[in-house]
Amino acid sequence: MKLVAGLMAMLFAASAQAAEVQVAVAANFVGPMKMLAADFEKASGHKAVVTSGSTGKFYAQIRSGAPFDVLLAADDETPARLERDGAAVPGSRFSYAIGKLVLWSPKAGFVDGNGDVLRRGPFAHLALAAPKLAPYGAAAVQTLTRLGLLAALEPRFVQGESIGQTFGFVTSGNAELGFVALSQVYQDGKVKSGSAWIVPPHLHDPIRQDAVLLAGAKDNAAAAALLAYLKTDKAKAVIRAFGYDL
Amino acid sequence: MPSAADLAAIALTLKLAALTTLILLLLGTPLAWWLARTRSRWKGVAGALVALPIVLPPTVIGFYFLVTMGPDGPIGRLTQSLGLGLLPFTFAGLVVGSVVYSMPFVIQPLQNAFEAVGNEPLEAAATLRATPLDTFFSVVLPLARPGYLTAIVMGFAHTVGEFGVVLMIGGNIPDRTRVVSVQIYDHVEALEYTQAHWLAAGMVAFSFVVLLALYVLNPTGQRRARA
Repeated sequence: MKLVAGLMAMLFAASAQAAEVQVAVAANFVGPMKMLAADFEKASGHKAVVTSGSTGKFYAQIRSGAPFDVLLAADDETPARLERDGAAVPGSRFSYAIGKLVLWSPKAGFVDGNGDVLRRGPFAHLALAAPKLAPYGAAAVQTLTRLGLLAALEPRFVQGESIGQTFGFVTSGNAELGFVALSQVYQDGKVKSGSAWIVPPHLHDPIRQDAVLLAGAKDNAAAAALLAYLKTDKAKAVIRAFGYDL
Repeated sequence: MPSAADLAAIALTLKLAALTTLILLLLGTPLAWWLARTRSRWKGVAGALVALPIVLPPTVIGFYFLVTMGPDGPIGRLTQSLGLGLLPFTFAGLVVGSVVYSMPFVIQPLQNAFEAVGNEPLEAAATLRATPLDTFFSVVLPLARPGYLTAIVMGFAHTVGEFGVVLMIGGNIPDRTRVVSVQIYDHVEALEYTQAHWLAAGMVAFSFVVLLALYVLNPTGQRRARA
């Protein structure tokens, strides 16, 4: 009995601290989010627990009752849909970043500054995120469609289930190049390594990434604090440093 | 109804499972025979290596395939120098991955069956002047038939049920690497639950029927399937 009581006390002690926010983060934003979460924890005393994955998967999980408090999606459609479904707090949505698509290769000089490498085609595999599941994948398909290259290049597609896995296909060298999120290859105002073509915004619809407070967390102080923190100039500076627009 | 893409995934999955099982029977028979008969001190090491895919998460297998089969990995360098290109994102790559992933499910039943044959039939055959090869095909194979049935069914079914390895090295390419389990995952993630149900329920029915057939046709195989 004593043991049970002790365990119960530990459990309740843990939940009494409660200033914890479970954040579901689109894979493209996990790098910046880790920095932001560390800073947020220092500034607020709350704890942010970060889980990364594809936005489509998070939608399905949240609809099935996953215990997330905040979703940082890779698009604006999913948070809006969650609000319509009654799974998110109305009026809590806002764009925390506008994503940039980049055609990237770990090899220096492989991708030129105009993306002409797509026409020349000296590659066996072009990686992209599954367009059905990931907004960056959909943007990549739009880009190829507008360039008139979709039919020619589709047989060489390899699809990652999230932009994170797609990036893995390219960094490991198994695909020579791929469409990834600029944030994955960008640091301190420039592309970290390899060669890249930052896809001009007119070639695809803007990748507006929205955050939303989920219904189960409407009274969670840590969740509200995190969303407020993302709107501060300090957070925005970090987000921009990873190559996002705002 | 299943879409054309779903049917293509089913066909690809069956092709992958059939080819993997065939290769494992060809490679696995001599290896299982050696494991069953040897007194070498390497027997333990080889047995442990064969069993490794049972306990390793598919992510570990998939991750190491991606790295070793990549352009800078040892297998990748070998396949490139042989003019075969790189294995990830190809059907051949999936076959190699599946052979490793399903290996214990074929080799262990064969090894158990060979061990159960024992020495007496072999000695009897030898006194009748049968050659070792003749003994194997005329004596050992018929006696080991339940083991083969178990090996074929388990190897095939386990490959059909493969997911993690394919997800990591496949790249989700229609007709080449998009197998049923990956197609189900895509349907679920895209919230296409109706299509997911068609395939998922099909998998449940298929797996049940296969195991039922094994247990009904091969009652002695039950213990080995569980082992």
